[in-house]
Amino acid sequence: MWTWFYRLASPPYVYRTAAALTPWLMTVAVIAIVCGLIGGLGLAPPDYQQGDAFRIIYVHVPSAYMSLFCYSAMAVAGAIGLIWRIKMSYALAAATAPVGASFTALALVTGSLWGRPMWGTYWAWDPRLTSELILLFLYAGVMSLRPAFEDPARGDRAAALLSIVGFVNVPIIHYSVQWWNSLHQGATIAKIGKPSMPGSMLWPLLTMLLGFMCFYGAVVCMRLRGEVLNRERQSAWVREAIKS
Amino acid sequence: MNFWAMGGYARFVWPCFGLAGLVLAWNVWSARRFHAAARVRVARAILMTEE
Amino acid sequence: MNALAEGPEVSALRAMTLIVRRELRLSFRRPEQVLQPLVFFLIVTTLFPLGLSLQLSLLRDMAPGVLWVAALLSSLLSLDSLFKSDADDGTLDQLALSGQSLTAIVVAKTAAHWLVSGAALVLVSPLVGIALGIPVSVFPTMLGSLALGTLSLSWLGAIGAGLTVGLKRGNVLVSLVVLPLAMPLLIFGAGATDRAAAGISSAGALYLLGSLCVFTCTLAPFAAAAALRITLE
Repeated sequence: MWTWFYRLASPPYVYRTAAALTPWLMTVAVIAIVCGLIGGLGLAPPDYQQGDAFRIIYVHVPSAYMSLFCYSAMAVAGAIGLIWRIKMSYALAAATAPVGASFTALALVTGSLWGRPMWGTYWAWDPRLTSELILLFLYAGVMSLRPAFEDPARGDRAAALLSIVGFVNVPIIHYSVQWWNSLHQGATIAKIGKPSMPGSMLWPLLTMLLGFMCFYGAVVCMRLRGEVLNRERQSAWVREAIKS
Repeated sequence: MNFWAMGGYARFVWPCFGLAGLVLAWNVWSARRFHAAARVRVARAILMTEE
Repeated sequence: MNALAEGPEVSALRAMTLIVRRELRLSFRRPEQVLQPLVFFLIVTTLFPLGLSLQLSLLRDMAPGVLWVAALLSSLLSLDSLFKSDADDGTLDQLALSGQSLTAIVVAKTAAHWLVSGAALVLVSPLVGIALGIPVSVFPTMLGSLALGTLSLSWLGAIGAGLTVGLKRGNVLVSLVVLPLAMPLLIFGAGATDRAAAGISSAGALYLLGSLCVFTCTLAPFAAAAALRITLE
């Protein structure tokens, strides 16, 4: 029963599967993002309060969501690696880190550009913005810690531990708008059954979210292949794979 | 042309989408470069052991 | 350290007491390890008024934040002495092999470390408070928040130090690792002192700080021990 799990942990399998998945994930991502852009920029009506500036939501929310998703994935992959000693899990964590960090930076900058017309300021030290900035620093810490060790396996374990310790920030970011009086608006989609957005504005957002998620999958598959090669450099199967 | 004006918010909206495009492009470029560099390193390792 | 050779029947509590006593004895033998971070604390707090050349009234507004940032930076500096010298001469490996729980060892070392760094900082802080113009009525809140904060910082620092012990650029990395985790502490700690200075009740912020402290005190030892296990094996 566990054979599929152990196959997941096998480097040649991961290498081949990642190669196979990438074009599909990227195609879905491109289609979803294009549809989302058409819906968000063209079809959705302007907001009665924010006018056309609200359209920034179509890049801000997906990137913010992905910044949290990627950190969670990184921490979970690190935990799986530490608990079950699966090297491919560490490879996944290493592949996810730069992607997640780029999404965090994008969320911060798009949020800042959105804040200027909406709140009158490019930045505020408010709980959600501050904790998202801390998330960026946590990514930086994990990405700096891993290569600092001479033994890459040790670096993987240390980075995994750090990402788990930093995971405490993720629920803080998510609930910050509930726990404190925040400048940032509350949950947009999470209200099940009664989202606070009309359908014509909501579907492009969900489509963009899907697109970003598939994009992440495609990019992580690409990076994963590089990580696998780096970690399995001495193996026989790698030599065969490269020669072909 | 109303589309490009974005109701007066053009200088906030378009940079956001532009930056998003840049970030997505950077991710793809960076991932490819990383994989290519890994392939080069493996090829070099093969050459060294075959000498 | 002879007592640890008593055999595997040494209880964890006795081992911890021995370690704390050893750490304190070593610190008194090397007072510079204790005094240098304190002097750094004093110097950094002086930098702000010099660099900003503010009137005393404005300085008073900034004082809690300045105090806290200086305390944070000075704690980072003192982290160096937590594991490094023991790692260098092999004592850390011996402790890890001694059969005692690594978590207990970490608790003992960190507690001793806080006694000579964080507690020292709390004791010196009234001087700094006066220099920055913090009213004396705020001192209880200031001392309380610093005590809770430096304790939490010692724990976070133990995780950071455990991860970076023996690394070449370990100093910079420790800062990069510990500071983001310490930011909530800074927000609530400085916030508590700020509120007290403004005359509002600081109880809320202090409770939050207290709960952060309890959170780190209970979970951080395991993380720090895990970090040491990774770096030492």
